[in-house]
Amino acid sequence: MRRSRLLHVPFWFTYVFLYAPIIVLVVMSFNSGKSAYTYEGFSLKWYGVLAQDAKVMEGLVNTLIVAVGSTVIATVLGTLLAVGLARHTRSKTLDAVALMPAVLPDLVLAIGLLVFYGVVQFTLGLHSVTLSHAVFSMAFVAAVVRTRLSGADTSLEEASRDLGAGPVTTFVKVTLPQLAPGIIAGALLAFTLSLDEFVIAFFTIGNLEQTLPIVIYSMIRFGVTPEINALGAILLLVSFTAVIVGQRLTKIGESRAQD
Amino acid sequence: MKPQAAARPASPARERRLGAFVFLAPGLVYLVVLMLVPLALVLSNVFFQRGRFGGIVYEFTGENFTRLVDPLYLGVVADSLKIATVTTLIALLLGYPTAYLIAQLPSKWRTIALVAIVLPFWTNFIIRVYAWIILLNGQGLVNSGLKALGFDPLELLYNDGAVVTGLLYSYLPLMVLPLYAAIDKLDPQLREASANLGASPFTTFRKVTLPLTVPGVMTGSLFVFVPSFGNFVIPEMLGGGKSIMVGNLIRSEFLKARDWPFGSALATALVAVLVLLLIAQAWAARRA
Repeated sequence: MRRSRLLHVPFWFTYVFLYAPIIVLVVMSFNSGKSAYTYEGFSLKWYGVLAQDAKVMEGLVNTLIVAVGSTVIATVLGTLLAVGLARHTRSKTLDAVALMPAVLPDLVLAIGLLVFYGVVQFTLGLHSVTLSHAVFSMAFVAAVVRTRLSGADTSLEEASRDLGAGPVTTFVKVTLPQLAPGIIAGALLAFTLSLDEFVIAFFTIGNLEQTLPIVIYSMIRFGVTPEINALGAILLLVSFTAVIVGQRLTKIGESRAQD
Repeated sequence: MKPQAAARPASPARERRLGAFVFLAPGLVYLVVLMLVPLALVLSNVFFQRGRFGGIVYEFTGENFTRLVDPLYLGVVADSLKIATVTTLIALLLGYPTAYLIAQLPSKWRTIALVAIVLPFWTNFIIRVYAWIILLNGQGLVNSGLKALGFDPLELLYNDGAVVTGLLYSYLPLMVLPLYAAIDKLDPQLREASANLGASPFTTFRKVTLPLTVPGVMTGSLFVFVPSFGNFVIPEMLGGGKSIMVGNLIRSEFLKARDWPFGSALATALVAVLVLLLIAQAWAARRA
């Protein structure tokens, strides 16, 4: 009993440690004063300032373009890859290659891509960031879809083939609907990862454009303001919603799989 | 049955090969072109000379290796190892009890507790690090609290402590999750048996729980160590100019000094350290 009381200290410390900075950030975003640190009174004015900030809005649009593009590539290729790895090969090497982008330090992948784009003389910009983000997103989509595949029932696919449906029809009408919750969860994951990704974007975007995390990074270099707090608070809300929706989706998928 | 399907019955072996190709080829080609080739380029850069304005001149040199073992750079590697190790140890000390208690919670609370651990991890990385600038700044919350209690303000920002705090904050969830998975798998009867045989709770932990959760400890430690060791954003934002880690060096060789071959050599050294760790972990896991 006494021992388990003692364990409560690090347990609660962990949660306070994880949430205190977030709470402070959100509270400070409603600060009426000019300081990012000292709270003076309630105001929504920094959200207004944020909405008028052309650089932030441009960064947001760029980030969404990259996130949508890389999510589409990663979801299509990652899903195919997951099915291929689960059903069409037993190669451990291919498994490892498919997982590698998720394990590789982002900095190493970032400089590798920068060097590669240089060698093939590919211009840098939003398109190169989109292609780069799809590299690691694909690994995550493939991993999520695979966990779903391992629980899937192959007898439905066999029945479809026995009843005369071709491989394409079977894949589209039987396999894909079975995998749908996994694919959606994977896509959501890819989207969130791309929205927040900084290191690879920083190296592969060139000088002309900026994604939102890069805009924030350069804003912070010029000093901390309540405007960044407001932006942070909005981004926190978006991420939290995405995670909770994703969690719900996987749950719905699980309960359906059990029926 | 559709007429086309009846007219051209593909042989099962041919269809299987075609299937493997259709499913595997697009993703693998993508990964070869945009991951394996870039990595091979980084590796090969190590042997070449720098261009005058960045880029590579393809003439052989061994200079990048001799520069790597320069005490100046070895010192940076040692500092990075130290910071990443300290971060991992603190994460383990906080993460183990947390994961242990989460595993004892009733199932509804367990899900909530786990989601609460992961939630901050999915928020914007830069914003998460930025939040610590607000907290640790000279006029920040921690110092205001100290002042209110009558203490002198402390230099909390722009030192190794701030870097460790930022790294810990960013990667602690990656420690808790594998630990939780390992602890949750344990058969509670083992602990009961140990207690029934007269072992104290501490002995039970040391002789039963801990050895059986070693794989979780290894995985969690690796998950924290790897991104900490190669980080450049956190040391730059929270360490000011004072804390330099391997990641910062690589970043400035590529984007400031424009010495790509030496930057590549540093990145190769970074990957080599991580690969050695992975091998050590696999070896330890097989022995456990």
